[in-house]
Amino acid sequence: MTWVNDVIQGILLGGVYALLGCGLALMFGVMRIINLAHGDLAVLGAYFIMVVLDHWNVSPFLALLPVLPVMLLIGYGLQVTMLDRSLRSGVLIPLLTTFGLSIVIQNLLLEKFSPDVRSLGGNAGAIATSSWRISNSISISAIGALGLGVAIAVLGGLQLFLSRTQAGRQMRATAQDPDTAELVGVNARAVYARATAIAVAIAAIAGLFLAIRSTFFPFAGPTQLIFAFEAVVIGGMGSLWGTLAGGIVLGVAQTIGAQIDPSYAVLAGHLVFLAVLASPRGGLFSLRGATQ
Amino acid sequence: MIVQRWGRLSASATGFAFALAIALMFVPLVFGLATQEKLTSLLILVLMASMWNALAGYGGLVSVGQQAFIGLGAYGTVWLCNHNWNPYRAMIVAALFCGGVSIPLSFLVLRFRGAQFAIGMWVVAEAAAILVSLDQSLGAGTGTSLIELNYYTPSQRQHYTYWLTLGMVIFFLGLLFVLLRSRFGSSMQAIRDDEQAAASVGVRVVAGKRLLFVIAALGCGAAGAMTLANTLFIEPTSIFGVDYTAWMIFMVIVGGLGTFEGPIIGAIVLFLIQNEWSNSGVWYLVGLGAAAIAFALVLPRGIWGTLEERTGVRVMPVGYRLRRTAKVDARRVVKGART
Repeated sequence: MTWVNDVIQGILLGGVYALLGCGLALMFGVMRIINLAHGDLAVLGAYFIMVVLDHWNVSPFLALLPVLPVMLLIGYGLQVTMLDRSLRSGVLIPLLTTFGLSIVIQNLLLEKFSPDVRSLGGNAGAIATSSWRISNSISISAIGALGLGVAIAVLGGLQLFLSRTQAGRQMRATAQDPDTAELVGVNARAVYARATAIAVAIAAIAGLFLAIRSTFFPFAGPTQLIFAFEAVVIGGMGSLWGTLAGGIVLGVAQTIGAQIDPSYAVLAGHLVFLAVLASPRGGLFSLRGATQ
Repeated sequence: MIVQRWGRLSASATGFAFALAIALMFVPLVFGLATQEKLTSLLILVLMASMWNALAGYGGLVSVGQQAFIGLGAYGTVWLCNHNWNPYRAMIVAALFCGGVSIPLSFLVLRFRGAQFAIGMWVVAEAAAILVSLDQSLGAGTGTSLIELNYYTPSQRQHYTYWLTLGMVIFFLGLLFVLLRSRFGSSMQAIRDDEQAAASVGVRVVAGKRLLFVIAALGCGAAGAMTLANTLFIEPTSIFGVDYTAWMIFMVIVGGLGTFEGPIIGAIVLFLIQNEWSNSGVWYLVGLGAAAIAFALVLPRGIWGTLEERTGVRVMPVGYRLRRTAKVDARRVVKGART
């Protein structure tokens, strides 16, 4: 029965990875770039929430509310000042600039907040510790279930936004062909800025769950980026619901690896990722031919 | 219009590079151990930057995971020394081992393009770091030192380490120089500029990328082994650390992506910065990151690439240049030849 429990815990963990991954998938889907600072932006969001909690004694979930608009603005500003410029010069330069940004964010966080490892689990109150016991060996943690629920809600919201709203249609059109979209009156730069703003704000939500479920520190970003990227690739690059499936596969692989030996947890995730890469289709919901 | 490879400047520069390489061999006879150690670390930086540039600047393959080979080169040396190998021979064999590992690996990761390749390699490096840290005989997560080097006196050790590093740098830079001047060089630059167009005129894209990937693995493995020899102690988290990639990106972007001379300039810049400011901790790293962003956005050709573009000067003769014969505007011709 411990195996069943591992799978359940893995699915719940997958929710957090999907939250981390969907911003990455959105930016890749719209602009064909991978933001190497995505994990650091999630950690930055966690620190912002911590700062809010230092001033007001509220639940971290409430503290997220003022952080979200700040992150939207950061994402927007990032796109307008840096990424737009880098997009013009092929695939190399966006990778290099976002990698530079990642180093800058990490070290600014280190300067401001010291290298201490922190967690917001204590601030979250009962929800961080309570769980439903299904049987002796199976239990579902409240925060895990909430994380998965929020992931599904965010993905569903994104899906609705992309399919039903004017801004969403513009985004899909720009993703398919920015030049043609501009011909029919879409401002591609504004669309890109919106996409990055949304992606960065979702990263902050992921940062909240990271901070409550486990710990964070200034250099926690790269590991989160790798997990997010693995979820995106296992799910098939750029597919939103695929990212959820990829996150769950990664989460289950990690919890089962941890069951064998705690030091195998992350390794198991990496090996599943490499195995998926090696498979002929290269992703669960892959549209390899279509996306490249 | 004349198409030429050698000019007066490039002939004398090549001669100078040759003379410099020979002069550097005599450094241990003239300078003290501290200088040799510093120069060794500079040479390692030159090697890493040139290898990363070979991948990204000529193959269009941005890797965030070359530390996989740096770490394997270092730990391969430790493993061989544990099995009674001579440490210096072990370093060479460990580098060859990295090249060997990279061949099957290339079949997996070269299916990926752009960012997928970049992070795919990063995952490979992370997985390699975890596998090494699980091995008790390699010191597990706490690190290990190369005690076999204690059989040498400190000055012997520094001499040999310096000479071997210099030899490797000369070998790999020489190999790149010869390769870039061959047919392969033109085909690699074609791949970098437009992969599909290159394939359509008969360039063997995947084979070319694979060759560069293997060379970069060999070079990074050698750099890792020499890092171990120069610092004597390694641990998985630092030798497999993504910091190495940060440095390589900085050196290549600042020096000039896709130029032969650029990475060498970038390595010297980083070396000077490290010596001058590495004690200022956090802000030094913030500055490195910000400088990389600024160069990528404002001077994407780097110091050397911009200089070449503005002046039309070619120092190392790895490409061809056009020289005006009659009423042709030289600046426009050179620009046209580059793009």
